[in-house]
Amino acid sequence: MANYYTDNKDIKFHLGHPLMKKIVQLKERGFDDKDSYDYAFLDFEDAMDSYDKILEIVGDICGNVIAPNAESVDAEGPRLENNEVKYARGTQENHEALTRSGLIGMSLPRKYGGLNFPMVPYVMAAEIVSRADAGFANIWGLQDCAETLHEFGSEEIKDEFLPRFNKGATAAMDLTEPDAGSDLQAVQLKAAWDEKRNVWLLNGVKRFITNGDANISLVLARSEEGTADGRGLSLFVYDRKDKGLTIRRIENKLGIKGSPTCELVFRDAPAKLVGSRKFGLIKYVMSLMNSARLGVAAQSVGISEAAYREALKYAEERAQFGRPVIYFPAIYEMLRNMEVKIKAQRTLLYETARFVDIYKNYNSISEERKLEAEERSEQKKYQRLADVFTPLLKLISSEYCNQIAYDALQVHGGAGFMKDFPVERIYRDARITSIYEGTSQLQVVAAIRGVTSGTYLNHIRDTCEKESVGPELEYLKTRLVTMTDEYEKCVERVIGEEDSEFLDFHARRLVEMAGNIIMGYLLLKDTRRDGSYLNIASIFINTSRAHNREKADYIIEFDIKELGSFKYNPDK
Amino acid sequence: MRGLKIIVLAKQVPDTRNVGKDAMKADGTVNRAALPAIFNPEDLNALEQALRLKDKYPGTTITLLTMGPGRAAEIIREAMYRGADNGYLLTDRKFAGSDTLATSYALSLAIKKLSPFDLVITGRQAIDGDTAQVGPQVAEKLDLPQITYAEEIISVGKKKITVKRRLERGVETLEAPLPLVITVHSSAPECRPRHAKYTIKYKHARSLGELQDTSEDYLQLQKDRPYLLINEWSVTDIDADLEQLGLSGSPTKVKKIENVVFTSRETRVLSPADDDIDNLMKELIEGHTIG
Repeated sequence: MANYYTDNKDIKFHLGHPLMKKIVQLKERGFDDKDSYDYAFLDFEDAMDSYDKILEIVGDICGNVIAPNAESVDAEGPRLENNEVKYARGTQENHEALTRSGLIGMSLPRKYGGLNFPMVPYVMAAEIVSRADAGFANIWGLQDCAETLHEFGSEEIKDEFLPRFNKGATAAMDLTEPDAGSDLQAVQLKAAWDEKRNVWLLNGVKRFITNGDANISLVLARSEEGTADGRGLSLFVYDRKDKGLTIRRIENKLGIKGSPTCELVFRDAPAKLVGSRKFGLIKYVMSLMNSARLGVAAQSVGISEAAYREALKYAEERAQFGRPVIYFPAIYEMLRNMEVKIKAQRTLLYETARFVDIYKNYNSISEERKLEAEERSEQKKYQRLADVFTPLLKLISSEYCNQIAYDALQVHGGAGFMKDFPVERIYRDARITSIYEGTSQLQVVAAIRGVTSGTYLNHIRDTCEKESVGPELEYLKTRLVTMTDEYEKCVERVIGEEDSEFLDFHARRLVEMAGNIIMGYLLLKDTRRDGSYLNIASIFINTSRAHNREKADYIIEFDIKELGSFKYNPDK
Repeated sequence: MRGLKIIVLAKQVPDTRNVGKDAMKADGTVNRAALPAIFNPEDLNALEQALRLKDKYPGTTITLLTMGPGRAAEIIREAMYRGADNGYLLTDRKFAGSDTLATSYALSLAIKKLSPFDLVITGRQAIDGDTAQVGPQVAEKLDLPQITYAEEIISVGKKKITVKRRLERGVETLEAPLPLVITVHSSAPECRPRHAKYTIKYKHARSLGELQDTSEDYLQLQKDRPYLLINEWSVTDIDADLEQLGLSGSPTKVKKIENVVFTSRETRVLSPADDDIDNLMKELIEGHTIG
């Protein structure tokens, strides 16, 4: 019996992070729920043991139901019948298995049928599901919408919609339109208040909507007539029972084929306002996008894990020139680098998830009582960190995911190009991660703020550098300190030009340099907690030192006048 | 339809599907210490049938009954994680050495004590003995009808049940009166995974024997939550006749145990000619590899 949780010690290692004590205490308050719910945790140890046991169920279903279904789901895909999306048979089975084990709506409070899971173990579940089938992970992962309803919806909306998740309701977030993709401020779908019916009515078109025929949809729409920017947009919740939309088609995609991507036409579709008018994009969708980005990062790590395991297995079995190909330097280097990239992105993933956990918990506590001064400053600190870590994480993990899938297929040689091995599907599935929920280029736009504001640098200098790593790891830390000095110089050089286009041009390089240093420190900390990470940390720091030097060299030597040689000129 | 009262019989067995080098002791008996103890696979199929009835008929309760050493309480918890309501562990040194006859005697006494009930469901056979005798013997001792090799319980009416059974060359659908004993075949649907909430709820369930080694806090928790107690019954609890239990109650005598070691020989290349294939088939049949 395969189990995708118990066969991966790295996940459990991150679950055991010392900061979990704080997170669990914030999330469970005083463990008061234990008197009202027989499935509430009794204390910290009980909570940790329960996360472990529940992730084991997730791992069981992923290893024995979802992964074995992945190939047929990819081949069969969803179909449109009588204006309804029918999932592939395997998708239906996957969803039923998870629902029947109570694994939908995990992060919701118990009063809405949830398990009150913090982000960290929830993201772990997302990673595990993604390893089994990345396309299915989207359908499962859209339970994030429940979190948004819980955070911003009225009591009435919460009572109406939230209990449905645990019973298996699916969700969608309807943001993109034909002319509003990366630029969501341009959303046109119209929401108008109907006095007679006492509801909002939605009219317009949404495109590229994952799981568009979901039971519960969050829809971004223009509620303020005559406006043209993001401040005229509000968020609505639409119930499929109201039959207000036509599914025009399901897209035929390169990868994640099991996940139905729909074009939707709303015609007088009744909907309810979530939160306050005009805050749709600027507040709620931003929050929803941040959790979706964390979701894509988890998906990227899961896909990477799947790709790596396929490559490793193949390289161990495939013999050429009289021995398994894994004994050749060209192959073992690829494989070890894949493993290093997985551990590096995973440690960044769970670090970010912890930041999100802490500030979101403070947010929710602040609705119950006034926060103490110390709590407020922690809330701000972790929110600031989460804000710059999330785009950094999404950028790095999705790019690594693509690199790992590429190399995993390469290890297979010609066989990998055929449909006979799962790596071909994994390679196709990987491709979307650096595109949706904001392309890598847009993650850089968000993350560069962490560079220019000094948030990354301050975090590195004031937190990472100050933590002792012990004398035996000091040599690696020294390398990271040198890398930080170089990074600082590059930032000064780029900002010193006082030219925003020049900054944009080098932005990705700067963000990646910061990311490398941060991941280096995280792996060092992991090594401190478990010596077996030393090899990984050491390889990562050495290779990323080389990468950072290359970028630094390019940035420092780059003459701003050279920018012109890149620019597009329509007349030439 | 009212809720049913279902008793599921299950056994904790050594996992003979993943046999390593030291699976057998020198004397030819199973080395239980070297094999992980698991929920007998076909008993899981049986549990799934019970759980489906519980989904279908609200108010249904499922009681898991097992006989074995103290650690067999683990499979009662496993059943609870999936939706069983409670469990009874028949455990006593005096049960040791029981063959299928003695086991079914003890189980039937326990089942009587759990009366009234509608259904007793169990796996066709256990992977450590492969006898397929316990289910039918329990039915005989309780003087109940039985349906063996069940694949699907189609419906349960007020007084009768409709069951599809898997036979060697097809399927057969039968009707029988309630109460009865059903043994479930491995072709029936696999058991569902654990449920998250039941797992958190019941992971602290303990038998009296297990509670002897726990802390005060734990005892308090058991007191506050009576559903966490896994019932333990001894020989006296079921008023069993000692003569019919253990070695004295077990007419099965092991005559001889042979150590069969499969060894692979050199490969043989056959031509695709009819003669060669004929000869191979004859050889395989004579060697009892097939047929």
